[in-house]
Amino acid sequence: MENNPFIEEIKNRFAEKIVEVTEHNPLRITLTIDPASLTVLAGVFLSEKNFRFIIASGLHTKKGFEILYHFSNDSEGHVINVHVVLPHENPVVDSLTKLLSGAEWIEREIHELLGIEFKGHPNMVPLISEGNWPEGTYPYRKDFKS
Amino acid sequence: MWVFHFGGASCNNCDIEILDCLTPRYDVERFGIKLVGSPRHADVLLVNGSMNGRDKSRLLDIYEQVTKPVYVVAFGACGCTGGIFAEGLPFAGPVDTIIPVDAYIPGCPPKPEAMISGLMKLSETIK
Amino acid sequence: MSKQKIIPIGPYHPLQEEPEYFKLYCEGENVVDIEWETGYNHRGIEKLAEEKTFEQVFFLVERICGICSTSHPFAFANCMEEIGKVEIPDRAKYIRSIIGELERLHSHLLWVGLAGHFLGYDTVFMWAWKYREPVLDLFEIISGNRNSYAMFTIGGVRRDIEKSKFPKIREELEGLKKKIDLLTGAVMDDPVIHARTKGVGVMTREDIIDYAAVGPTARASGVEIDVRRDDPYAAYDLVDWKVITSPEGDVFAKAKVRLLEMYESVKIIEQCLDKMEKLEEGNIQTKVWEIPEGIGMGHAEAPRGEVFHFVKTDGSNSPVRHKIRAPSYVNIATFKKSCVGQTISDAAISLAAVDPCYCCTERMAVAYDSSTGKRILSGDELIKHSQARTRELKKNML
Repeated sequence: MENNPFIEEIKNRFAEKIVEVTEHNPLRITLTIDPASLTVLAGVFLSEKNFRFIIASGLHTKKGFEILYHFSNDSEGHVINVHVVLPHENPVVDSLTKLLSGAEWIEREIHELLGIEFKGHPNMVPLISEGNWPEGTYPYRKDFKS
Repeated sequence: MWVFHFGGASCNNCDIEILDCLTPRYDVERFGIKLVGSPRHADVLLVNGSMNGRDKSRLLDIYEQVTKPVYVVAFGACGCTGGIFAEGLPFAGPVDTIIPVDAYIPGCPPKPEAMISGLMKLSETIK
Repeated sequence: MSKQKIIPIGPYHPLQEEPEYFKLYCEGENVVDIEWETGYNHRGIEKLAEEKTFEQVFFLVERICGICSTSHPFAFANCMEEIGKVEIPDRAKYIRSIIGELERLHSHLLWVGLAGHFLGYDTVFMWAWKYREPVLDLFEIISGNRNSYAMFTIGGVRRDIEKSKFPKIREELEGLKKKIDLLTGAVMDDPVIHARTKGVGVMTREDIIDYAAVGPTARASGVEIDVRRDDPYAAYDLVDWKVITSPEGDVFAKAKVRLLEMYESVKIIEQCLDKMEKLEEGNIQTKVWEIPEGIGMGHAEAPRGEVFHFVKTDGSNSPVRHKIRAPSYVNIATFKKSCVGQTISDAAISLAAVDPCYCCTERMAVAYDSSTGKRILSGDELIKHSQARTRELKKNML
């Protein structure tokens, strides 16, 4: 499998911040990174490389809370996931809303479904839960009982 | 027969089929059936979609506002039973557990012909 | 002192999992801010998908949205085939593209009709929806249902399109082309439509990138993205077509992009039919025995923009996590840019321009005065406002 020059460049520039690179196929790559450097890397993706933010997926797994930020490079058809793993207790990560208004809703949604805190989010009010499940419970956590 | 359309958490299929009934091919107005914009003008409350917690309270509000007597029609699989979403987390019961229902039009989505036939049958029972 | 009033639009507006409830904050005639609330249509699909098998998930995701009911299975199939490294037969690729494009045709026609309705041209509404019927008939011929087609499965499609159906499909498409000519002419040449839509609801290139908007909304602002070309799936790299863009970013540009896209869709379907004639009938599915552990990111271009599915599997027969993003999820957020600063009468068409299915104003929209809570305007009245503006413009032009 030939290496993507862009990934090589990112690997060299941010070597200490990248935990792991997984290549699912030539067009789909996951970069697991240190959560503290999320905004720096996302900034590089968005402004330097003109990537488009697709969405973020929150998961609750054995490792803790995982968020995959999906970015797309439309000129080449890549989808690159920036993957962060947060601890079970008190999961907090920086908000991307300063870089990109389009991240506002999804962070609110992940907050409601999984209870992950987004530092610096301007408007963290419930998006979908009112009347559907009580506040303070997070239905997408694996220990949730309805 | 004036109809007020209430769409719950639906997939929109039923909603477009209901609107389709108004357009030239089906043209329900020739039967004297008309969609109205306010529940206060309605003789029939047409409810489609599965109901989640939020919709439930709005449906009750609307049901209170409708001038009585009113006939409630549950439209589509979701309106009748909850359909594919009945096992979903926010599901708050099919329509007939929230308000009394007079007629059911099943299907996913029901064809426009089914809606016309359902409403005609309903109008016969009213007579 | 000007008093701020709030006009709520909604809450029923069921395009995606979470329809919205908009509050327009108005001072006099002008919209000064917009806020949204969603959750009226939350059905817990992502959670539900975790309890279903992959085959069942197709029927579930098909019912996320009834209007773009093929795009979700499309993205999900792309996603699963990526995890399982499945190559599908050529015939299945063409059938998938045909279904996808027919859907784009019916969805865009639906939008043209509704946009006409919001502007007070109910004739356009009735015509466009009448011309949409033949497309639904084709769906009924091909799949047996007018809306949810249940055509897709992992590794291919569930039903073939037999050769005997080709002449009918070609005939309807030929007829449809003339109707699109007619609609395009009606929209492009009408001075009133120009006056109502040009310079209204403008989104700049930067706004689009900031909100990560997709589909015709983005393409009408000169952002040239289209998943069908950028990351080709199904048969889109096997046929000849082009991406339609327009730099202006206003409502008119969005209408133009959609109308011209319909011609491309017809072109794609015709080419697919030509190429299918040379292929053997019945070879429509690759047998897939198991889906390994892994993650997959599948996207597809729905009529409204990119649909994105993320699936994590663990080797069993159902997803561990299934994340879905519908195009309106990002497009609707752009209302903050397109509506603020407009007058109330332009708000309805600016909101509709993004094509968030039809406007919730059909449902339960009631306006409240922010200080007294008294009823002021209903959703119907909002549309009437918009229609009255068109009449006024018409009068002045004569």
